[in-house]
Amino acid sequence: MAFKGTIVIDMEKCKGCDVCVTGCPNSCIALSKKVNKKGYNYLEMLNEDSCIGCANCAVICPDGVLEVYRVKV
Amino acid sequence: MTREEIIKPENLVYRRTPVLTDATMHYCPGCGHGTVHRMIAEVIEEMGIQENTIGIAPVGCSVLAYNYFDVDFIEAAHGRAPAIATAIKRLKPDHFVFSYQGDGDLAAIGTGETIHTCNRGENITMIFVNNGIYGMTGGQMAPTTLEGMKTATSPYGRDREIMGNTLKITELLAQLPGTCYVTRQAVYSPATARKCKKAIRQAFEYQKLGKGVSFVEVVSNCNSGWKLQPVQANEWLVENMLPMFPLGDMKVPDKE
Amino acid sequence: MSKELRLMKGNEAIAEAAIRCGVDGYFGYPITPQSEILEHLMAEKPYEKTGMVVLQAESEVASINMVYGGAATGKRVMTTSSSPGISLMQEGLSYIAGAELPALIVNVVRGGPGLGTIQPSQADYFQTTKGGGHGDYRLITLAPSSVQEMYDFVELGFELAFKYRNPVMILSDGVIGQVMEKVEVDDYKPRWTDEYIKQNFPWAAFGKLPTRNHNIITSLELDSSKQEQVNIRIQSKYKECEAKEVRYEEIMTQDAEYLFVAYGSSARICQKAIELARSEGIKVGLLRPITLWPFPSKALKALGQKMKGILSIEMSAGQMVEDVKLAVECRVPVEHYGRFGGIIPTPTEICEALKKVIAK
Repeated sequence: MAFKGTIVIDMEKCKGCDVCVTGCPNSCIALSKKVNKKGYNYLEMLNEDSCIGCANCAVICPDGVLEVYRVKV
Repeated sequence: MTREEIIKPENLVYRRTPVLTDATMHYCPGCGHGTVHRMIAEVIEEMGIQENTIGIAPVGCSVLAYNYFDVDFIEAAHGRAPAIATAIKRLKPDHFVFSYQGDGDLAAIGTGETIHTCNRGENITMIFVNNGIYGMTGGQMAPTTLEGMKTATSPYGRDREIMGNTLKITELLAQLPGTCYVTRQAVYSPATARKCKKAIRQAFEYQKLGKGVSFVEVVSNCNSGWKLQPVQANEWLVENMLPMFPLGDMKVPDKE
Repeated sequence: MSKELRLMKGNEAIAEAAIRCGVDGYFGYPITPQSEILEHLMAEKPYEKTGMVVLQAESEVASINMVYGGAATGKRVMTTSSSPGISLMQEGLSYIAGAELPALIVNVVRGGPGLGTIQPSQADYFQTTKGGGHGDYRLITLAPSSVQEMYDFVELGFELAFKYRNPVMILSDGVIGQVMEKVEVDDYKPRWTDEYIKQNFPWAAFGKLPTRNHNIITSLELDSSKQEQVNIRIQSKYKECEAKEVRYEEIMTQDAEYLFVAYGSSARICQKAIELARSEGIKVGLLRPITLWPFPSKALKALGQKMKGILSIEMSAGQMVEDVKLAVECRVPVEHYGRFGGIIPTPTEICEALKKVIAK
């Protein structure tokens, strides 16, 4: 069974720690070159098509800034 | 399938638990405290115990933990959280009581309260976040600082001849008859974080049984104190902290 | 219906009062001369009678923090100790005052400094009334001079503690703790129900209600402008306390030309000294502060103006005497007489000291 997923990022709460990026199995996410109001390079979805909604990024996020959605395909 | 088609309430698999408040945590980027907070809050949500849980915050980096949990919370004097938890549980035995402490709080200044609370077998859950350093005060040596590790008060590395040995307090607490569940976990990766949450859930479940202290140590990072980027800090943790503080259960209650 | 009379030690009276007035929890550590309190509580099994929790903690530090925890949930909790143990509790007392929690602490004072002696003393007056721990806070301080007052002040102490959300100290001493006297005791009163606490103490951390935000009990405020407001609020509470809660007793002051000021067991000894002095024609009376903080300064100022001289009698090197001098604004000669290190002054000694004041 295959899954297709995506995430919603609360970019203003993201501190750009990069921990979720290393946790992503499909290299879907990366830190932006832009910064948020606090000056952090926030998280961006880079490769939406590869996201399987595994929630690894959300599970490891220290600031709880991620929402994860997933559907069976 | 478009992003808009996926983002629908019925497809939601993970969201920030409402047991956390909306406050932005003050922790440094990548700090494990935030992850541990979230997991405790998720466990409280899953068990449906938000209204009869009372938390106790320490002194140290997590001194402001009470701002982040949407449960009634009490801020303790440095090291005294287990004494406070003891009284609350005894006076309100139908409530879930948990303490949240760092290594300086639990294993240095509060060692007496820690050991006696564990030895008496109070029916509470103790969460112990061990990052081997005093974060809040600026990176000084902790009882759990590794030998050779550089801190603000061991600038040439911890020398056991001068500064004594690294304290593995969790192993010590596992020896006490008053602890029912003693485990060491970590949150440096999705897999360890998921395991850690299961352990926290177990600890709260064991509190229901009334068999004594359920104790979860979480080996965590201190990027600022260790002077590393968050990802590097997690790698350093695996290479250096885990050999001294191996993960796993040290004590599990007998099955009945 | 007349009340039940019991013969008991001051320390036992504290314990008995705690059980009978419906205290929820006692957390303590043994130390002479007050160990009978914990012993009596354990012997009486209040957990069977009223559901009261009694726990022997691992230290005074743990005891006071257990009190902090219990008080934070809106329960009536207390601890007792003697001087060296009370010194260990100062950090916790400061936190309890800072977090504005109600609690009762009993100090059965012994001689110091250091390990000192196990004999009676009143040398913890400064520690109790001027601070003790860090920061700007006060302890409402009740000074019993009989076993009956040891009993009565437990309930009064809790009443004041909850009224002002501030720790209350019963400042006793080894004499009042150890002496046996008859005491009128009350019937057992039920402890407060959780519902009562919810209704009356909405600030307490007893578990979040769906109808309110989470309650936080803390003494921390990193924003100095807010912390100053916290201090201002606490100080205004203390002003109200000073206006409303002063308690004292006057004995033979109507025709007095000289005045003893003494509290606790010293006040008892002064009553005998008054008899002796008056038999020699010296018109002396006594003002006995019952609240040491707030101190009965106004009453003392008014009374002091009529006096030729005032003698402050304490089992210390002279601590309360400073408050006596401040109260009378140095308009009346004020002297101190005291014994310390566990020595109790005799009525004769006190009379002799008074004669020296008169001779001046």
